Amino acid sequence: MDGTAADPRAANGAGSTPSVSLRGVSKAFGDFVAVQEMDLDIAQGEFFTMLGPSGCGKTTTLRMIAGFEEPTTGQIFIDGQSVEDLPAHKRPTNTVFQSYALFPHLSVGENVAFGLKRKGVPKDEIDRRVREELERVGLAQHINRKPSQLSGGMQQRVALARALVNLPKVLLLDEPLGALDLKLRKGLQIELKRIQREVGITFIYVTHDQEEALTMSDRIAVMNEGRIEQCDAPVAVYEKPATTFVAGFIGVSNLMPAVVEHVNGTRARVRLDAGIEIEAENNGLQTGDRCHAVVRPEKLRIDARDGTPPDGWPRVDGVVESSVYLGTSTQIVVRLAGDVPMTVLVPNSDERERNRLPGGGADVRLSWAPEHIHLVRESGTAPAAAAQREPETQIAQEATTQ
Amino acid sequence: MSTVRRRLVPYFLMGPGLVWLILFFVVPLYFMGRLALESGTLATGFEFTWEFANFTDSFDRFDEQFVRSFVYAGVATVIALLIAYPLAYAIAFRGGRWKNALLLAVVAPFFTTYLIRTIAWTTILSDDSVIVDVLKAVGLLGDEGRLLATPTAVIAGLVYNFLPFMVLPIYSSLERIDVRLIEAAKDLYASARVAFWKVTLPLSMPGVVAGTLLTFIPAAGDYVNAFFLGSINQSMIGNRIQSLYLMELDYPTAAALSFILMAAILAVVVVYIRFAGAEALMGDEGEQRA
Ligand SMILES: Nc1ncnc2c1ncn2[C@@H]1O[C@H](COP(=O)(O)OP(=O)(O)OP(=O)(O)O)[C@@H](O)[C@H]1O
Ligand SMILES: [Mg+2]
Repeated sequence: MDGTAADPRAANGAGSTPSVSLRGVSKAFGDFVAVQEMDLDIAQGEFFTMLGPSGCGKTTTLRMIAGFEEPTTGQIFIDGQSVEDLPAHKRPTNTVFQSYALFPHLSVGENVAFGLKRKGVPKDEIDRRVREELERVGLAQHINRKPSQLSGGMQQRVALARALVNLPKVLLLDEPLGALDLKLRKGLQIELKRIQREVGITFIYVTHDQEEALTMSDRIAVMNEGRIEQCDAPVAVYEKPATTFVAGFIGVSNLMPAVVEHVNGTRARVRLDAGIEIEAENNGLQTGDRCHAVVRPEKLRIDARDGTPPDGWPRVDGVVESSVYLGTSTQIVVRLAGDVPMTVLVPNSDERERNRLPGGGADVRLSWAPEHIHLVRESGTAPAAAAQREPETQIAQEATTQ
Repeated sequence: MSTVRRRLVPYFLMGPGLVWLILFFVVPLYFMGRLALESGTLATGFEFTWEFANFTDSFDRFDEQFVRSFVYAGVATVIALLIAYPLAYAIAFRGGRWKNALLLAVVAPFFTTYLIRTIAWTTILSDDSVIVDVLKAVGLLGDEGRLLATPTAVIAGLVYNFLPFMVLPIYSSLERIDVRLIEAAKDLYASARVAFWKVTLPLSMPGVVAGTLLTFIPAAGDYVNAFFLGSINQSMIGNRIQSLYLMELDYPTAAALSFILMAAILAVVVVYIRFAGAEALMGDEGEQRA
């Protein structure tokens, strides 16, 4: 390959070669396209998460990076080197498989030692590292058991140890905590994050648990139908979802249909179908576009119809449909004109306050601070302005068109 | 009452199998054991006399055939394994949608009876057959050389006749292997070759053990192949038992030989299972130490 233009070292400039780069990577199975034109740069030591619903192509993407699946088009780089001609066993990656894939004929210790043995690490070093790694995942006393004698959660931890012990440049984790109970899961999340920071390995982490993604990641790529809908820091993905899909997938979404009235630089004026006009940061929209305005449930204030929200807060009217006590908070669903459901979360910090909340059928007024509303594109529509793209993706696009 | 019934349930469930075993295995075994300890001839009549000498005498007379039987069966089993494993592997991992058709092709010869198939081989290996001509032309066989009535012919017949018994169990254990395990091995720096030795082969050992037993046991007691494809110099213990029973009508010696054959096969199988079983279970560590 000549690939000078597509070389991610050139693309990223000054010194920092990305750990893993994807350039226009697609994967088709027959006529079904599982991954579409994916461009990505994952930094050294980054905790990068791929989040998305079942079947959106997360595993397929990992398998292409690991070398089990060849991209139909596009190229993958690890540390700036194309891995096109590198078979799986020569790639500096290790995988924690979604299905564990532990060797049933080998003991826990032999499973964990497998990679080190292939690399010809001396015997006593193997023993030491295997023991350390098993202690880390809390399974040292089970070193001589067979995988079939372990619970699902224990097997998952063996799979983790078997990959981590090799200290790969890139660790690919396919829903590694999927089978664990909540407590163990939380514990291992913290542990994983610590290991990752300690040894500085690049983690590419697949999950469909949004909370896990938000708490652990440096960056999250939200995927849908083989495409990345948004790739950003957790805060940005949550606070400023780019598309209706991202808004809906992460957290409870309150999507109010709207139309763009006027675009003024980075700001846009939109008219909500609920009747009011608001201004918000533009998100690659143009005048006349249909879009949605999003407010997170915990950012909404609920008052009686004759209540007075703070000055300058946009407000819409609706009718309470249901009110559910959730322990730490109360969830109220309000239906706006035009049949738009809005979810409001009110913290249960004050008993008297809670008793004053409106019940079913009550006429209410919702309001929010102006900075808490965001405009999102319909999923599947491309942003209009090139300036809205991720800078590195933009370069990649230019590079691939040359 | 109900606990008694519950305790009896397993015996009821085992019932039909037990009856079968007693009727068709234990009872015949008893009569054969009795027969093996009788003395006399057909003319004077047989009498039960605890004639243990039948065992030692018959073994002394036919030790050559015994050794030959086990050597032929052993060689045939090894050859069958070498043919069957790659075949089963190809069908299991590369067969795709042709898997069932290929398996059918493996068992297709069974639609013809054993005898007919073996007799067909006498034609294939006969002195004026194409195979013999070709072997002579390329110099693998001398001018006077022949295939029929040689150990090669008998072993070839055994391999041919028992090959499906080797292929099917190996296929079924290969077929069950999760391909993600092979991917995991490659992910952990094993080349395709190493992944085969460290993962695929150990996981297919149950099929290999079953296949070799299903081939070796009937091959060791076989007499059809040696009868049609061999001469008196290739006769196996099965041929001796058959002729003692049906020609010479020396029932006690025949029964004693049958018993010795059974015991010998059992001994070989027990040793083999201990060896092969331990190998299959020890896996990576076992090979490391070796
Ligand atoms: N070998 C294959 N042949 C045909 N289709 C495939 C193959 N592998 C995956 N697919 C399809 O590609 C799509 C993406 O699969 P993938 O396994 O990447 O999903 P995923 O995002 O990992 O989902 P999950 O969260 O359920 O694990 C699915 O629709 C799947 O059916
Ligand atoms: Mg998956």
